[in-house]
Amino acid sequence: MKHSFFCKISLSSLLAVLFSILFMTQLWAIESVKVAPEFEKRYHALLSELRCLVCQNQTIAESNSELANDLRVEVSKMLNEGVSDSEIIDFMADRYGDFVLYKPLIKPKTYLLWFGPFIFLVAILFLVLWYVKKQKTSIETELSVDEKQKLNSILKETKE
Amino acid sequence: MFKYLLPVILFFVLCVFLFIGLYKDPSEVPSPLIGKSVPEFSLPMLQDSSVQFSNKSFLGKVSILNVWATWCFACKQEHPALLELAKRNVAPIYGLNYKDDAAKAKLYLRDFGNPFKANAFDETGRVAIDWGVYGAPETFVIDQKGIIRYKHIGPLTLDDLNNKIQPLIQQLNNET
Repeated sequence: MKHSFFCKISLSSLLAVLFSILFMTQLWAIESVKVAPEFEKRYHALLSELRCLVCQNQTIAESNSELANDLRVEVSKMLNEGVSDSEIIDFMADRYGDFVLYKPLIKPKTYLLWFGPFIFLVAILFLVLWYVKKQKTSIETELSVDEKQKLNSILKETKE
Repeated sequence: MFKYLLPVILFFVLCVFLFIGLYKDPSEVPSPLIGKSVPEFSLPMLQDSSVQFSNKSFLGKVSILNVWATWCFACKQEHPALLELAKRNVAPIYGLNYKDDAAKAKLYLRDFGNPFKANAFDETGRVAIDWGVYGAPETFVIDQKGIIRYKHIGPLTLDDLNNKIQPLIQQLNNET
């Protein structure tokens, strides 16, 4: 008796609790940070460009970690004080390293990262062109005198 | 011949990269603060909030800063190693008590032993942001000029003390 009663309660309440948790986490992520309305757009843009080092695969906009919340507060404070976007990005990179930037800076260390794919593409293009050209020329030269005669005779036969 | 060997060579190069990757910890992010002066700050001390602890405390000697909190489980794990390091008396260990409760922190040090020469009490965690802290425990080794020379992320073990921290302290002591 007692057991079945418990089951009844737990099924419905469990669902309710689970649902509320689902929405609670969403609330936490935007908790207690006040940005002036004119800065809101920049605020959200900045947050989604910065990695939370605690969870690594989340931005500080998404993360519920305490550090992410502290950093959101920090970003909002700086925005309210009139600090520019690039200064805020520098502030974060100076403390946590370039790893916090989802969009890596363009500097000698990251040249390969930024331009590597284009270099690779051009290299592949040249390789393909070179290969096609080589195939064409090799077909042409591979026909010997004998083969040409054979070819001609076959062509003649088909015409007749 | 080379045409057929090329994919094999490329495959092995890829294997080497992946193999190295196996032994790297992605949660250890190199700190950009290494080689730079300790960030400027001034915080009340944990044991006596009327006294301030500032970045000037690091000048003139090789020292260690350990970021810890009572809510941090890994800090408890590394506590014996810190006590051991304090016993060896090679360099003063300062603590940055990170986002903690002062009363709890004092009790913790009373109950489990106090390896720290002094503790800065960073209630909001704002100073820790300047130190690039993203997860306690973290340990910094600072040279005589107040420049951060090494950062250890995660709990210290005796192995870390013997193989990394202590040799580095010795090397830094010899630098002057």
